[in-house]
Amino acid sequence: MTLATHWHYWVVIALMMTGLHIVIARRNYVKKLMGLSIFQVSVIMLYVTMGKVAGGTAPVYVMEGEGHDAVPNLDVVYSNPVPHVLMLTAIVVGIATMALGLALVVRIKESYGTVEDDVVIEKDRAEEESLES
Amino acid sequence: MSGLKAHFPVLLVVVPLLTAPLLALIRQKQVARALALLSALATAVIGWGLVIAAREQVEPLSYHLGGWPPPIGIEYVVSQASAFVVAIVSSIAALGLLLGTRETRKEVTEGQQHLYYAAYLLCLAGLLGMAITGDAFNVFVFLEISSLSTYSLVAMGNRRRAFSAAFNYLILGTIGGTFVLIGIGLLYQVTGTLNVQDIAHRVQELEDVAPDSHNLTLLVAFVFMIVGLGLKLAVFPLHQWLPGAYAEAPAAVSAFLAGTATKVIYFQLLRTTVVFFGAAHVFGALRFGTHVLMPLSIAGMFIGSIAAIYQPTLKRMLAYSSVGQVGYLTLALSFGTEAGVQAGLLHLGAHAVTKAGLFCVVAAIVAGVGSNRIQRLNGLGKRMPIVAFAFVLGGVGLIGVPGTSGFVSKWALLQAAFASEHYLVAGLVLLSSLVAVVYVWRIVEVMYFQAPPVDEKTTHDNLAMVPALILLGASVLFGLFPDQVVELAADAAHQLFLEPGSLPPLPTGGHG
Repeated sequence: MTLATHWHYWVVIALMMTGLHIVIARRNYVKKLMGLSIFQVSVIMLYVTMGKVAGGTAPVYVMEGEGHDAVPNLDVVYSNPVPHVLMLTAIVVGIATMALGLALVVRIKESYGTVEDDVVIEKDRAEEESLES
Repeated sequence: MSGLKAHFPVLLVVVPLLTAPLLALIRQKQVARALALLSALATAVIGWGLVIAAREQVEPLSYHLGGWPPPIGIEYVVSQASAFVVAIVSSIAALGLLLGTRETRKEVTEGQQHLYYAAYLLCLAGLLGMAITGDAFNVFVFLEISSLSTYSLVAMGNRRRAFSAAFNYLILGTIGGTFVLIGIGLLYQVTGTLNVQDIAHRVQELEDVAPDSHNLTLLVAFVFMIVGLGLKLAVFPLHQWLPGAYAEAPAAVSAFLAGTATKVIYFQLLRTTVVFFGAAHVFGALRFGTHVLMPLSIAGMFIGSIAAIYQPTLKRMLAYSSVGQVGYLTLALSFGTEAGVQAGLLHLGAHAVTKAGLFCVVAAIVAGVGSNRIQRLNGLGKRMPIVAFAFVLGGVGLIGVPGTSGFVSKWALLQAAFASEHYLVAGLVLLSSLVAVVYVWRIVEVMYFQAPPVDEKTTHDNLAMVPALILLGASVLFGLFPDQVVELAADAAHQLFLEPGSLPPLPTGGHG
């Protein structure tokens, strides 16, 4: 595997690692969600590049002839549409996750007054200690 | 099978999936509650119907969605194992709703209850779909349906910590789900198909062609899927989300999740290791069982159980105990033998029933005492004798005392360990059961040997005890008369281990 022929994999890997790093390293909940989104997009890119067949065209029959006599040309190489179709579902899942995540962040902000991970943990600990005594 | 019964595999998913949006539209909590319960009961009936249908057949039943034959079309596979999982999950869901009829009224905000029931049924539909589908991408879709509804169910807990627990679960759960998606994508790239049987067949062919050289893409796909599923299953050390989620969710949701979510994921793990990549390859050449899964399982068994001893609330204690119990599940798989998988399936059933029952008892305690903090349970044996007794019954089930389901499954686990000559591991299983004695005894001591408070009032919620007693009764019944279920688990394990390839390979697959 060389950089020249498989450069799209390196794009995917770079995006994936960027996303994961943000999710793990950032303390801010909104930034965590952004990282998660980048991570998910990298997987969509992985699938989309997977469907490309070298020299292939869009997976719609190239017709020969006119009107009702037209027949599909079976010698044409087509790209694989399946991974793209799968990713339509993954995109929907990603949007749903993001919407739910942001809704939760709104509720966290309302009840804790912050969206910083360490502050939330600190407040939880203080609450726990007050219940212990 | 004929008529309606022929469509049971798809109805199993369609019934809860279509009822859910209906409930969100109705906005009437009484009607929503009744409809949700009705739908869950119907699903449970279908689930047990599938068990009976699967028992009558040697080969797994295949249902073709929309009449499109596999491997192009989507297939639902009713094997002995998937029918077993589906029946347990749908029954626990129905019982969790029965409990919810009393409990959620206090725990879930007024005006959100119809949405609570809708999310609950969506989660059920996702879990059942994941167990029954024979299509790898379908697994991911159903995984996300159940996960997304689980996050919102957890967030409906009545403390603000529920929000942060749900958020953490969302982050980790999405990473897990996306890892599974990457794994499925790489598998598709190698095999050019998404049908489970077809993937198994083609992976087998690849491994047969070159048994000694590892196909790197396959290996990476395997690792991604295992890490993703491990995150969702809460295998140690990927369990961080579980205690918060189980402890902060409404009581009925904790009971439902503890009995179902990790169990369905465990079934996926069985399929991934045994069917997708082939038991011979995963446990033989890769040594995944003895070198990776076994040490992690043993660590989880001990660390989960020891952490359970130090928790301030009942729910957190039971959650950490679940981390320990997941250790037993994965340990059973790590032997890589049919006996091990049989033990795993038995423990899946035993633990699902016991833990769901215990969380139902906790719901009754919360209703009675107003809290599940252990320091407030003093004298519960006198204040709420039936509730305290039920808790002890569930507790001995967790330990694995003879006469409970926990004993049957741990006995099978020990037999599997001896059969594959892991004597030290068998000893460690017994030792970790002693740790379970410690955390259960801690509660017994508070409930029975401390004087009840004089001024405190307890309210009795007898209705909440109905599902708890049904579940714990089932656990005892299974502990006393295990033959039928043991036989079922043995057949199910045998079927999973059969050579893949009941389907002819697809002649013109994709060219990924």
